[in-house]
Amino acid sequence: MAIENALMTFPMAFPLVSLFAVTLILLPLVGVICCFLMPRISRTLGLFTSFANVISVAGLGWQILEHDSYRHAVGGWGAPLGIELYADGLSLLMLATTAIVGLAISVYSTAYFKPAAGVRFWPIWLCLLTALNTLFLSEDIFNLYVTLELLSLSAVALTALTGSKEALSGAMRYLLASLLASLSYLLGVVLLYHSFGSVDISILTQQMQAPSATLATATPAVWAALGLMGAGLMLKTAIFPLHFWLPPAHGSAPAPVSALLSALVIKASFYILLRLWFTLFEPLVDSQAINSLLGLLGCTAILWGSVQAIRQTRLKLLIAYSTVAQIGYLFLIFPLAPNMGSLAWNGVAYLIISHALAKSAMFLCAGNLLRFGGHDRIADLDRVVQRLPLTAAAFALAGVSIMGIPPSGGFIGKWLLLEASMNQGRWDLVAVIVIGGLLAAVYIFKVIGYTFIPAKVTHEAHAVSARMQWSALLLAIGAVLLGFLSLPVLSLLNISDATITSGVGL
Amino acid sequence: MNPANFYALVGIGLFCIGLFGMIINSHLLRKILAFNIMGSGVFLILVALGRRADNMPADPVPHAMVITGIVVAVSATALALTLMIKVTTITGQATLPDEDDK
Amino acid sequence: MNRNRLLLVVLLPLLLTLAAGLGYAVLSLPEQPQYLQKLVMDNMAESGVSHPVTAVLLNFRAYDTLLEMMVLLLALLAVWSFDMTDPKHKTAPNQVLDTLTRLLTPLLILVTAYLLWVGAHAPGGAFQAGSVLAASAVLLSLAGWRLSNKLTALPLRIVLVAGPGVFIIISALTMLLEGQLLKYPVAQAGLYIVILETFATLSIGATLAALFLGVRPGKTDKDKGGKHK
Repeated sequence: MAIENALMTFPMAFPLVSLFAVTLILLPLVGVICCFLMPRISRTLGLFTSFANVISVAGLGWQILEHDSYRHAVGGWGAPLGIELYADGLSLLMLATTAIVGLAISVYSTAYFKPAAGVRFWPIWLCLLTALNTLFLSEDIFNLYVTLELLSLSAVALTALTGSKEALSGAMRYLLASLLASLSYLLGVVLLYHSFGSVDISILTQQMQAPSATLATATPAVWAALGLMGAGLMLKTAIFPLHFWLPPAHGSAPAPVSALLSALVIKASFYILLRLWFTLFEPLVDSQAINSLLGLLGCTAILWGSVQAIRQTRLKLLIAYSTVAQIGYLFLIFPLAPNMGSLAWNGVAYLIISHALAKSAMFLCAGNLLRFGGHDRIADLDRVVQRLPLTAAAFALAGVSIMGIPPSGGFIGKWLLLEASMNQGRWDLVAVIVIGGLLAAVYIFKVIGYTFIPAKVTHEAHAVSARMQWSALLLAIGAVLLGFLSLPVLSLLNISDATITSGVGL
Repeated sequence: MNPANFYALVGIGLFCIGLFGMIINSHLLRKILAFNIMGSGVFLILVALGRRADNMPADPVPHAMVITGIVVAVSATALALTLMIKVTTITGQATLPDEDDK
Repeated sequence: MNRNRLLLVVLLPLLLTLAAGLGYAVLSLPEQPQYLQKLVMDNMAESGVSHPVTAVLLNFRAYDTLLEMMVLLLALLAVWSFDMTDPKHKTAPNQVLDTLTRLLTPLLILVTAYLLWVGAHAPGGAFQAGSVLAASAVLLSLAGWRLSNKLTALPLRIVLVAGPGVFIIISALTMLLEGQLLKYPVAQAGLYIVILETFATLSIGATLAALFLGVRPGKTDKDKGGKHK
């Protein structure tokens, strides 16, 4: 409180919480412009921005914990005329995950990219950070469209950064899939706007929940919007069978970029899907059929992604297919949330965070191994456990969380989902969750096993900087330690507007 | 039929034609063109439906959204075309390697 | 080809169903909601301009426009990051082309200024003006004109970020003065919008032209033009 009082003695026309929220938007934007104007110091600028971003999120979190969820009417107009920003527990969790993973990846990138490549990396990465921050703060479905485009285009540009044949084709495929998805989402926005005359999520939710003559005639259009926006967001999230673009893109991008894509970018579209599904589309999807379908896709993704991961011979592709499988777990929220509200929500939120930490750690490890041996063939890992112990430890710890072994964050998430499935008597989901964990153990131990075995052909080893090893290790340790923080993290989720979670049962 | 609805239906036609083109063509330039046709369809629907009521002037909000949408589409097209040129120069062909589905 | 035919057989009925479904959705839409439209009209007096589309773009939903300017800048960052090489086609000296561009360029710049000015009360505005400006730059570069070497580094970059840069400065300023992002003081709203639009026009014109050229200017010692003049 003392700090707050001290800060409030300055003549400010706005509450402290606005300062932090607006900083989250403007800070990375300023970073982009400065990197563009002063490419020579872009590395310093990028690192500074990521660091300041963590502080802003911490400030926003502090204020939200103290004062409850937060709204900001951009331009002072308020919805429906203007755009509103909205931050609650869920957006805060996403912002915090972005900030922490982003900072670790920034530290890693200062050592990973040579100056020439760094000049290209930093401004685009800051664009991506802008997109994530604005996306998690937005309450306006058209504004979300713009942030989604900013996100996808920067993600594609980062994927293509190496300029190799695989990276370019991967980026092209990613771009086309992403553009298709954006237009599908936009058409949904169009139909919703012309049904209700607003693009604000809370206004649309009110319209959808109060039975009226407008709603009755608009129902076909809202169903069409649900299909279009759902399909678009699912394509961007890469849920089975719309995951075809993910392995080539995530497998061929530079390691820190793969980490960003797998940890944060796909979660952003999933976040929008979650928001829309359980607010404005909630009255429509109450029927079990469509939720069961999404659950089925999730289950297939878990099994199919895990089996594909086991079959891979390249480390980065294995990690990419593991992402395909882990996305499947997130989709289990759809069949579980209607009856098992808070258990399913907590489980999925936990999985989002712990997967972000663990998967980024894994991709950074893959980057270290690539730098070390010049290749990422799993069979030729060649005793890295002795030669690169920090990286091997980081990979193993991240693996603990991906497999869902206690006490890691992944364990808590999966346990909550298991509990929700058991309470609801969905033994099929229980089986899939357990089998998914076992399959994950197979592909993780496949990698770990080879780190102990000397390779037939030896390769020249290159030094890997300590910064690259430690940033991966710290992320992995974070993923495991998350298992001890369940109470504070989950209590954040309860901060929310009544309108947003009325149907969720939080 | 209300002219607004007519244009909106044309927009839906363009959207579906574009979608068809994006899936069926393997040449990247055709895919990018198809994406633009799809986009035009969406923008047409957005603007056309803004003037369904005869007694009112056109709704300005969709117009502003379309301008935003067009700028985003132009940016995406520029990125796609440059990426296509890069892919073509490196692989020697303007199609994507046939891996999985798609 | 067999695969394509199979795809056709599956795809066509699916797409026709999609089109029919979307058509039905559109035709069954309720009567046009006019609440928002009325709201725009009611607040026009405070918006600082008299053309509703400009008011929505640069005042009511200006935040979208800020992000959209960033998308444009991002596209340029991405295109430059690909390190394209110059296609190296030399334009042969051509009397007609040369005279025509000399005549057209001032005219196009005049049209740019007109579109920018007219946007406050009639169709027009920064994007339309910026595109015309970009067209003149493209025309010049096709006719073989190039930006002088001295201008390709920082000066060009400053022009490219002027639009989003001024937008960010005004965002921060409004935040400090009014306590809300992009909330202009009512009396000066018109002035703020004019400043935003002017810089946005310059940046949009330069960025679109630079996107057309694709090559980062000053990459080699041969320089490329991304800007008017």
